[in-house]
Amino acid sequence: MPVDLIRAPRGIRRAGGLLRRMGAFALVELQKLSHDRSELITRMVQPALWLLIFGQTFSRLHVIDTGNVPYLAFLAPGIIAQSALFISIFYGIQIVWDRDAGILAKLMVTPAPASALITGKAFAAGVRSVAQVVGVMVIAYLMGIHLTANPVRILGAMAVVVLGSAFFACLSMTLAGLVRNRDRLMGIGQAITMPLFFASNALYPVEVMPQWLRWLSAVNPLSYEVNALRALLLGTPGNTLLDVGVLLVAAALGVFTASTLLRRLVR
Amino acid sequence: MTPTPAIECRHLTHRYGDFTAVDDVTLEVQAGETLGLLGPNGAGKTSVVRVLTTLTPVQHGEVRIFGLDARRDTMDIRHNLGYVPQQLSIESALTGRQNVDLFARLYDVPRKQRRARVDEALSAMQLLDVAENLAGTYSGGMVRRLELAQALVNRPSLLILDEPTVGLDPIARDGVWSQVADMQAEYGMTVLLTTHYMEEADALCDRVALMHHGVLRAVGSPHDLKSALSSDASPDPTLEDVFRHYAGSDLTADTARRHLGEIRSSRRAARRAS
Repeated sequence: MPVDLIRAPRGIRRAGGLLRRMGAFALVELQKLSHDRSELITRMVQPALWLLIFGQTFSRLHVIDTGNVPYLAFLAPGIIAQSALFISIFYGIQIVWDRDAGILAKLMVTPAPASALITGKAFAAGVRSVAQVVGVMVIAYLMGIHLTANPVRILGAMAVVVLGSAFFACLSMTLAGLVRNRDRLMGIGQAITMPLFFASNALYPVEVMPQWLRWLSAVNPLSYEVNALRALLLGTPGNTLLDVGVLLVAAALGVFTASTLLRRLVR
Repeated sequence: MTPTPAIECRHLTHRYGDFTAVDDVTLEVQAGETLGLLGPNGAGKTSVVRVLTTLTPVQHGEVRIFGLDARRDTMDIRHNLGYVPQQLSIESALTGRQNVDLFARLYDVPRKQRRARVDEALSAMQLLDVAENLAGTYSGGMVRRLELAQALVNRPSLLILDEPTVGLDPIARDGVWSQVADMQAEYGMTVLLTTHYMEEADALCDRVALMHHGVLRAVGSPHDLKSALSSDASPDPTLEDVFRHYAGSDLTADTARRHLGEIRSSRRAARRAS
C-alpha cells in the first residue's frame, strides 16, 4: 500500500514551524486562563498584603533610605517583580504534573520541538504575571501611590515582567528536568524563592546591602527586573537597556537549558 | 519492488539500568496492517511503543518507520504518527474542541482546513455535540475518544495505541475499538496497538505479536496461531490459550528465543517451534 509521507520542514522553514508551535502553546495557556479567571484574582491577595501591611508599616518606620521616592512607591515595582517570581518559580511543578498525567509524553511525540513547549509555558507565566502589574497598579492607585499613567511605560513594564517571568519559569523547568520529582522540586522551589527575593533590590536599595549581598544582587536577574520596573513606573534613573538586555539573555538561556533537559523528564 | 514496511525493528533491545525491558525484538509490520502487541503487564510492550514513537532513543538494534531511521529522522517520523498513550491524558481545563485544535496546530494542519479537520475528527469520535464542553467533564470513554480524535486529526500514516481500553467499561471499550476499525477502514492507516485483552486483539488485529518478559515469543495471525495449537484434546483454543502456550511460566529467555518465529499456518510449524 503506497503511503504519502509528510517530511519535516528543512532549513529556514523550520523557524516558521517553531514559531507557529510556540504560538499554539501560548494560545492554549490563554484558553486555559479564559476558562478560569479566578486564579488571577486569588493571586492578587499576596501582593496586596505586602503593600498594605508590610509597605505601610515600613513606610512609617522610615528605616530604609529610598531618597526622594516614598517607600511605598519604591516598594510597588518590587512587589510586582516578587509576585511574578512566585508565580513563575512553580512552573517546573506544573510540567512534572503534565509528565505524571501523560500529557507531556503525548506532546513530545508530536512534531513540536521541546523549545516550543518551554516557550509556551514561559509565555503563560508572563501572561499571569502581567495581570499582577495591572492589579498592583490598581491597588497602588487606591493607596495614593504615584506610579506612571503613561500607557507606553506601562506596556514596557508588562514586557519586562514577561521577560523576568519567562526566565524564572525556565529556571524552574530546568530544575524539574534535573530532579524529575514533584516533591523534591517543591522543596527546592521554596528553598530558592526567598533567597532570590531577599538578594534583590525589591524591598531595599542595593546601597544598604552588605557587600556579599550586593554581589549576589548583581547576578540576580530579579534585581534587573526591579530596576527596569522602577525606571518605567517611577521614572527613577537607571540603565534600562542593560536591564532589558540581561533579562533577554537570561530568558534565552533559560529556554535553551530547560528545552535541553525536558526530554529527561519523559525517559 | 517490495513495499517499504510501516515498521521494521531489527534486534531491538532496551535496558533500564540492569533490567532488560526489551530483549532482541525483531518485528515487521506492513503498511495498512493492524498489529496487536500482546502481553501481560511488564511484558515490554510500552517500552517498544516508546521507542517506535521516538519518545525513547534506540539503544541497541535498528528501528525504521516507513523506511525512516528512528535514530536520525525523528521529526520526519513524528509528522506521520498518531499516538494514544496508556494514560488518559487530556487538558481538562480546555474544551474538547480546543484539545483537538491544539494537535491540529502542532501537526501543521493548514489554517483553512483546520476547522473542518477538527470537526471531522470530533465527528468520527461522536464528540461533536459536546465539543464545546470542558474536557474535564467527560467520562473515561469520552476522554479516550477525544484522545483518538487528537491522534487522528493529522490523518497519520501510523497510529500507535498503547493499551487504549485499560480502565474502560466494556461498552466504552467496544466504542473505542469500533471507532478505530472505522478510521482504519476509511484511511487505510497502519495500526499498532498494545493490549492485554486477548479477545479484543483476536477480533481486531490482522496479526498479533506475543511478548513476555521483554521477549517476542510468537508472531502470526490470530487464526493461524490458534490453528497451530489446535489438537484433539483442545480443538478450539483461544488466543489466551496460545499466549499461555508460548509464555509458559517456566520458559527461560533462551527457550523463548528458540520458540520465536513467524508462525505461518500449519500445525507442523507450531510443533516444530515448541
